[in-house]
Amino acid sequence: MTEAVPSYLSPTGQEIIFLLLGAVAVGSGLLVVTTRQLVHAALWLVVCFGALAGCYLVLTAEFVAWVQVLIYVGAVVVLLLFGIMLTRAPIGRSADLDSGNKIVAAVVAVATAAVLVTVVIDGFRTAYTPLDPGAGAAKELGSAIFRNWVLPFEALSVLLLAALIGAIVISRTDIRGRD
Amino acid sequence: MAEVLDVAVRLVAIVAVFLVLPLVAGQMEHKAMAHMQSRLGPMYAGGFHGWAQLIADGVKFAQKEDVIPAAADRRVFGLAPAVALVPYLVVMVVIPIGPGLVGVDLDAGLFFVLAVMGVGVLGSIMAGWSSGNKYSLMGGMRSAAQLMSYELPLVLAASSVAMAAGTLSLPGIVEAWQWWWLPWQAIGGVVFFMAGLAELRRPPFDMPIAESEIIMGPMTEYTGIRFALFMLAEYAGIIVLSALTSVLFLGGWHGPLLPGPVWMLIKVFALVFVVIWVRVSYPRLREDQLQKLAWAGLVPLALVQLALTGVVKVLTV
Repeated sequence: MTEAVPSYLSPTGQEIIFLLLGAVAVGSGLLVVTTRQLVHAALWLVVCFGALAGCYLVLTAEFVAWVQVLIYVGAVVVLLLFGIMLTRAPIGRSADLDSGNKIVAAVVAVATAAVLVTVVIDGFRTAYTPLDPGAGAAKELGSAIFRNWVLPFEALSVLLLAALIGAIVISRTDIRGRD
Repeated sequence: MAEVLDVAVRLVAIVAVFLVLPLVAGQMEHKAMAHMQSRLGPMYAGGFHGWAQLIADGVKFAQKEDVIPAAADRRVFGLAPAVALVPYLVVMVVIPIGPGLVGVDLDAGLFFVLAVMGVGVLGSIMAGWSSGNKYSLMGGMRSAAQLMSYELPLVLAASSVAMAAGTLSLPGIVEAWQWWWLPWQAIGGVVFFMAGLAELRRPPFDMPIAESEIIMGPMTEYTGIRFALFMLAEYAGIIVLSALTSVLFLGGWHGPLLPGPVWMLIKVFALVFVVIWVRVSYPRLREDQLQKLAWAGLVPLALVQLALTGVVKVLTV
């Protein structure tokens, strides 16, 4: 798995593109929470998800990248935009977008990021693995899920099914609990 | 050098197809609709049966003033036509028109196509919101609602073919195709085509742009070249949908006697004709009928197709 670590001073093209995409993702992520315009926040989220899909692509996880675009850009952001437009979507700046919990939220976000970065750095340190094209292809991914990871996959399916049934029960007014 | 040349030739060919086929589809719509309504359609521009009408329209659009309403969000308003148009250009890169005649053979080409086509609808939502017009906003919302409900049957129907072929690559699917897939995948084909029409907001699924009630919805405030880009996106979308349906369900370049690409073109334009025919024949669906058709009609049908594909696949392997 691990090989000799190449020097950081001569990055390959892939590494440079990965870093640039990462910068775009972080930058647009910051814009999502700092912009004063509600709909622009949702649109910056599209840029953020797109950059993330690009990162997956550079890491040869082709299938995951397209699913990321299909689900997050094509469904989640559209749902978000629909929700915003249905309730209120003023053009221009809104003064009331800031929450009183701003500082606490920032502290939690920075702390979470610190924990994650520490874990990743501590776990992998200078481990280096070359990227083989095709390792993230649909076939490899499918056989990995259905051979080695069937149990977590099925557990997740049951979890999602439970959430789905829960959503139906909550949204239907003709189903009532026992009084 | 040969590699660079190869890529350049493919790109030029794709851009040429992207610029020419939508115009042909547009002219076909003018003419087919006219004859179905007992009139002639364009007859003057260019001389022979008004063949240059759309080119003349394009010149006209380019000369018109580009108006941006004062209440609009200028940046998003300007960006929206590009977001609507570019995805269809990108999708054309992976659609095969003959053995080996494809821009790029992606391993997960089917998912690429579905993902990128979904992005196109964002353009319509952005246009609807940024216009600063209540009718446009309603159109944008209807676009979003329509995409959310029709994306699911579209993906389910497409995955049924992927299951049958055992690959997600579009050329791979066409290569695996056999004639008896026509009856086997028929339900999926109809579901895919209908859901695709709904994603393109073509009649009878044109509630988001309904010109007689919300005045073209998201496009109300657009003029000149930006409006022309939306129109081009619509016709490019028709070409992409017809090409995808041919590739997935009608066997792409397979066919007797004639060479592959010719068969592909015949199938694409037969489907384009169906798109026009449906527009002329059916009244617009109401918003609640639209949602009901998707959730109570197309999703169960797509699931039935998926089950059928699974059963046949298990029994024959």
